[in-house]
Amino acid sequence: MGIIKTDKLVFEYIRRDEEGNVEGITRAVDEVDLDVRQGDFVAVLGHNGSGKSTLAKHINAILYPTEGTVWVDGMDTKEDKDLWNIRQEAGMVFQNPDNQIIGQVVEEDVGFGPENMGIPTEEIWERVEESLKAVGMYQYRKFSPNKLSGGQKQRVSIAGVIAMHPKCIILDEPTAMLDPNGRKEVVRAVRALNDVEGITVILITHYMEEIIHADKVFVMDKGKIAMQGTPREIFSQVGKLKHLRLDVPQVTLLAHELKKSGVNLPDGILTVEELTQELMHVYESRKSAPHLVGLENDRERV
Amino acid sequence: MLRDITLGQYYQTDSVIHKLDPRVKLIATVCFIISLFIVGSWVGYAVAAVFLAVSVKLSNVPFKFMVKGMRAIVFILLITVVFNLFLTPGEVLLSVWKIRITKEGLRMALQMAVRLSFLIIGSSVMTLTTTPNSLTDAMEKLMKPLKIFKVPVHEVAMMMSIALRFIPILLEETDKIMKAQIARGADFESGNLIKKAKAMVPLLVPLFISAFRRANDLAMAMEARCYRGGEHRTKMKPLKYAARDKAAYGILAVYFGVCIAIGVFL
Repeated sequence: MGIIKTDKLVFEYIRRDEEGNVEGITRAVDEVDLDVRQGDFVAVLGHNGSGKSTLAKHINAILYPTEGTVWVDGMDTKEDKDLWNIRQEAGMVFQNPDNQIIGQVVEEDVGFGPENMGIPTEEIWERVEESLKAVGMYQYRKFSPNKLSGGQKQRVSIAGVIAMHPKCIILDEPTAMLDPNGRKEVVRAVRALNDVEGITVILITHYMEEIIHADKVFVMDKGKIAMQGTPREIFSQVGKLKHLRLDVPQVTLLAHELKKSGVNLPDGILTVEELTQELMHVYESRKSAPHLVGLENDRERV
Repeated sequence: MLRDITLGQYYQTDSVIHKLDPRVKLIATVCFIISLFIVGSWVGYAVAAVFLAVSVKLSNVPFKFMVKGMRAIVFILLITVVFNLFLTPGEVLLSVWKIRITKEGLRMALQMAVRLSFLIIGSSVMTLTTTPNSLTDAMEKLMKPLKIFKVPVHEVAMMMSIALRFIPILLEETDKIMKAQIARGADFESGNLIKKAKAMVPLLVPLFISAFRRANDLAMAMEARCYRGGEHRTKMKPLKYAARDKAAYGILAVYFGVCIAIGVFL
């Protein structure tokens, strides 16, 4: 069993009208089976309302399953006695950076988690220092969070979670409110955590560019897992992704269109470098085999 | 308008006052405020002024930051001054029609003005040099004995520090909503007081909704980071008195003693 495992996870909430009468029941998460191995970088994709955030909140025991079970490192989230251990092992970063920073000074905020866990003072300081360094925010430790940019605030939030020494971090659309630069900063920090510290990462997002480095991708739709696999496997199914109202990275889309019009390219190209290389490859092979038709046209298109 | 209140706005710099234990600063501020009301003479205010000036100087915070806090209370200040000036009975100095200015009135008005402005500047020195978190830490520690009477000291302290943390965020939000409303034709400037108050409704409703939403998010984020009240909690910055804190207490005791003496004998 991996660090995080869900078995037929179902979460329902009751919709009520303004007088409080029951209007109906919505199934936000519908029979989701998930198994995440320690050290993996997992991305969960889905458009708004697909149930991805609800799923995330189950892993941190903020929500409890209506049916099914969630295990974090072998602990059942429904067991009250393990609640704090689960929250320590599976840290969570939320979407809005302003609404999750508690401290008035960066270092105080990072220390908030360890304080709650009852860590001795000297160790709190060590943890704060090491986690701020891990996200590259150490020089800002004395700053007020209000003076930081969105990306920096979000990195502070991540540091606040790392300071609790979790085995796994769940990031619930951490970049949704950031500008492109902030987004890059955060994604870089998250990847470094996964590569260097070996922390399991579950990144929930709807930006395709952020998932190309993931080990495994789950695509959610209407509470169910609609697709799963490596980023390459996912992106090779451009049609299906479009059907799920998800954007495909421009490079992948270009490669897809090229392939449709007859260029011999493999499926699921993810980066500009990859496409360039593949195109060069195609070009070289056609030069050596000039009897192939349509070469000039393809070159034009490329 | 609201932006001018410096209370709860930490000014980041390095100074002796910044390094003092927050308990010292808290007690000193309370003592200072009390002293303003014990001394009833100009000598006393002079002593208070010196004490205040030295603290301001030592705090390394630009004086204009402290004065900024004053702008918000100008109105209250004016009312107090006017009432004291015209409504205190006594030896008449100046009399125009039915309005009289008495010697006692003038004295009272001036003293009230000095008291109020010293009070604001004094508490600004504290809030500008102490992070709200350490301030609430100090309150929590000082009020710990109240726990016997089942007063939720930790919870109150936590609420205060969160409230302080969200002041600038909510101000920014107010500004944003205001601009959004103005862009759609709302008028916050013209009209009489009642009309202006009514114009605030479309501003306050979204602000409240967003505040509740933020509170919900924050509560979730705190729980996700293992917050479970004051039990089992350790401190990143536990309060410990250093030598300079003891020295500060000494100076404070001397100041307070002098003020009491002035209050009693002058």
